[in-house]
Amino acid sequence: MLIKLSGGTVYDPVHGINGEQRDIYIRDGRITRKPGAQERIDKTYDLTGKIVMAGAIDIHTHIGGGKVNIGRMMLPEDHRHNTVARTPITRAGSGQITPSTLTTGYRYAEMGYTACFEPAMLPVNARQAHMEMADTPIVDKGAYALLGNDDFFLRMLASRKDQGAITDYVGWIINATQAMAIKVVNPGGINAFKFNQRELDLDEVNQHYNVTPRQILKSLARAVRELGIPHPLHVHGCNLGVPGNMQTTLDTIRAVEGMPMHLTHLQFHSYGTEGDRKFSSGAAQIAEAINANPNISMDVGQIMFGQTVTVSGDTMLQYAGHWHAHPKKWVVMDIECDAGCGVVPFRYRDKNFVNALQWAIGLELFLQVNDPWRIFLTTDHPNGAPFTTYPHLIRLLMDRSFRNDMLHTINKSAAAASILGSLEREYTLYEIAIMTRAAPARSLGLKNRGHLGAGAAADITVYSDLKNREKMFEKPLYVFKDGQLIVQHGKIIKVVNGSTHTLRPEYDRSIERSLKQYFDRYMTVKLDNFKIKDEEITDLGNGKIIVQPCL
Amino acid sequence: MSLSNKNTISYQDVPCPFCSLICDDLEIKNQGGKLSVTQNGCHKARGVFEREQSKINPRIKGKNCSLEEAIGHAVKILKQANQPLIAGLGTDINGMRAVMALAEKTGAIIDHMYSDGAYKNIKVLQDHGWIMTTLAEIKNRADLIIFAGTDAASNYPRFFERAVWNENSLAGMDIKKRQIIYIGENLDTSHGKTPNGKQPTYIPCKQEQIGEIIAILHALVVGNKVEKTGLAGTKLTDLEKLAVRMKQAKYGVIVWAPGELNFPHAELTVLSISELIKFMNRSTRYAGFSLGGNDGGMSAQNVSTWQSGYPLRVSYSNGYPDYDPHKYSATNVLKRHEVDAMVWISSFGADSKPPKARIPSIILADTPVKMEYTPDVYIPVATPGLDHTGQMIRTDSVVSLSLKQIRESKRMSVSGILNRVLLSLGKGNAD
Repeated sequence: MLIKLSGGTVYDPVHGINGEQRDIYIRDGRITRKPGAQERIDKTYDLTGKIVMAGAIDIHTHIGGGKVNIGRMMLPEDHRHNTVARTPITRAGSGQITPSTLTTGYRYAEMGYTACFEPAMLPVNARQAHMEMADTPIVDKGAYALLGNDDFFLRMLASRKDQGAITDYVGWIINATQAMAIKVVNPGGINAFKFNQRELDLDEVNQHYNVTPRQILKSLARAVRELGIPHPLHVHGCNLGVPGNMQTTLDTIRAVEGMPMHLTHLQFHSYGTEGDRKFSSGAAQIAEAINANPNISMDVGQIMFGQTVTVSGDTMLQYAGHWHAHPKKWVVMDIECDAGCGVVPFRYRDKNFVNALQWAIGLELFLQVNDPWRIFLTTDHPNGAPFTTYPHLIRLLMDRSFRNDMLHTINKSAAAASILGSLEREYTLYEIAIMTRAAPARSLGLKNRGHLGAGAAADITVYSDLKNREKMFEKPLYVFKDGQLIVQHGKIIKVVNGSTHTLRPEYDRSIERSLKQYFDRYMTVKLDNFKIKDEEITDLGNGKIIVQPCL
Repeated sequence: MSLSNKNTISYQDVPCPFCSLICDDLEIKNQGGKLSVTQNGCHKARGVFEREQSKINPRIKGKNCSLEEAIGHAVKILKQANQPLIAGLGTDINGMRAVMALAEKTGAIIDHMYSDGAYKNIKVLQDHGWIMTTLAEIKNRADLIIFAGTDAASNYPRFFERAVWNENSLAGMDIKKRQIIYIGENLDTSHGKTPNGKQPTYIPCKQEQIGEIIAILHALVVGNKVEKTGLAGTKLTDLEKLAVRMKQAKYGVIVWAPGELNFPHAELTVLSISELIKFMNRSTRYAGFSLGGNDGGMSAQNVSTWQSGYPLRVSYSNGYPDYDPHKYSATNVLKRHEVDAMVWISSFGADSKPPKARIPSIILADTPVKMEYTPDVYIPVATPGLDHTGQMIRTDSVVSLSLKQIRESKRMSVSGILNRVLLSLGKGNAD
């Protein structure tokens, strides 16, 4: 089967193609070079005047695993008002802020996304995360294993074990849990909360283990580098949501001493303490630091006004934030000497000073960080807002007059406190293609994804060139997944199964000796039963495993 | 390697799916198809693992038939039904995935055999939320454990061995000093004795009065004045002493088993427990732990939640999931004659009988079920973790395990049979 996408306006930053008219050919699920004149083209799509990009990639979205499912279970009201009936080709489901798995896959595909990465997979809950991702159709997926609060790691760090052993452990975890990267959440803080510590700054010690977040970050960042894991250590830093945390964030950037690091949902970590309300934007200083440190990448975690639910491994700060739960119900869990989770529903209000300023801070970050290769578009779904708000967010970035119209509707003091109105930058389609395709693929080390060159998987999204960018990005004209047309005019027309991306870094297997002893002594599952076999992911027939190369 | 040959094969680290603790350290010997648990495990595990698979055929209206005929008849019943019920749901993750697909396809209502217990918890989760913990946290951290209305050991025989009287603690605590407290009725407190011989504290009261005792403890730890009357038959001084100990604990855990709180509105008892736990966390650390979800209950609840958005008691009769924890209970829809066909699934050797239903019934069970009526279709099914591999979620709703196949069986799995039914009902997702 040879398909020709004819004459579209192509944005393919990996190849420096910025809005040029090009033909694209697809054969057997992959993009191919222009075939010889004698070859028969089976199907041609005339894309004259249409915008063509690779399928979008969400680098940070909570789509699978325990805390997401707790959120679903806790919020029947979200589902009752958002029912999705079955159709001849799609399954039923429900939900807006914590959609059911099948609905999640369809909605992402309908927005032109072809890969989604779950950023907070607790190793001990990894099996369930993979089960849920297996039931998320169409899109490719992958997950980052959460470390840095598990007692095994903290014991090693506390006993000054050499870095080599720690690196082996991290390599073992990636293999055992079928992960794509390593994430750390409130380094050491989730663990400290179990010992009733309520705060932990970068250089404060976890009182039981006598180690600091700084030591944890450095050790994990080194392990990630030594194992050749493409994605830098994915960091949810200390003091999330705490006014004045911008200083912690600036210190965190310096703490890794030039090693690669990805700072996630940085909007929640860019707060100052100026003004009458002791809450201000630190976006300018944070953006300046990001611009000056090429080893750092980030995603924003933009908030949008309305009801959502915050799901996080950060029990320490989710517990502290439970007073703001809306509606008034929340869950905190300590989990298996591994980590924890907190699920707190929240409504961001545009007339509330703090919420309105949070909204502005996110946009200030987007507009002041210069390099779109190092800043990714996220709402930290569902923490800042559900992923379905992405088209609206893209319009805010691309359309200054629309942005300023919205700015006039929010809390007046917050609008006055923000420099947002003076920021003139408007993102171009090329920059959007970088931050939602090319850059996440490069950051994750996804071979043959996020670009439109020969050999790439034919994950392709075609948009109508509408002036209203929200409408444009909401309903792509066509979406191809592995060369198959799956979406037309923003509606699923065919359901396929995406793959699960994993890594297999090399490590010294003798680490299993101390792990086995640890599991037998302290854990409640056996070491061998902890590991997730390939068959557990593939046997259902819901897609295959793609092992991405390490560096 | 054939599992039925005469050689003896020994399996290590076998997970046991027959209660929701899913202990995974069993050693099982297969000697020519006959199994014996040679290490670890409990009487419940031995009972099911060592039972020989009965030689029973598929049946239609009590008469032996082929599997094809039984499946064909089941399909006929489901095609004719306007409102089927799929209940029992004693199966693994893949079995539950097939249940969800079949429910969607046939517009069925789904409910698990132990949902009555589960809903005492789910109502609290959906109205107030809670602070919970998992088995390994208890094992390594808990210095005070209150068992409210359950002794854990009667229904979860290895709970104390696995999570309470272990030898080592990551948190550096002295396990022998663990304080054990029981509140409730008819509890076997013998397992609560410390290795040093110290007896646990026991506050006996009727199960219905646990909520009141918890409320008084809550008032005492808050520092409110409590009147000295109406204390569910206990002495105020005993409760005052307990409140002091509770405040001193570094990591307290309250354990309950919703299925053992058998009285109306027991969810209010669960609520009083979880609100006490929340309050304790203002100054120290506390968390809850719920024992329940046997017979695949926790797996069913989770799969239903991620696929439909709701933890069971869902109707697909309008093509989308509609949730009502009261209206769509299996008991209720059967009593009110709101369903006209039933599929009952039980593949973990459960004792629970399918409910009496004067409607066409399809029974998928791994043991011959003693019933008061003859079902239209009976299909013997394989047992996950024994006859085939699979996955299950543990009582804490966090840890899941991969089950092993340790015996050869000619029977099909629940998912295998339901997927055959789905295929026969028509290709694709369409009606």
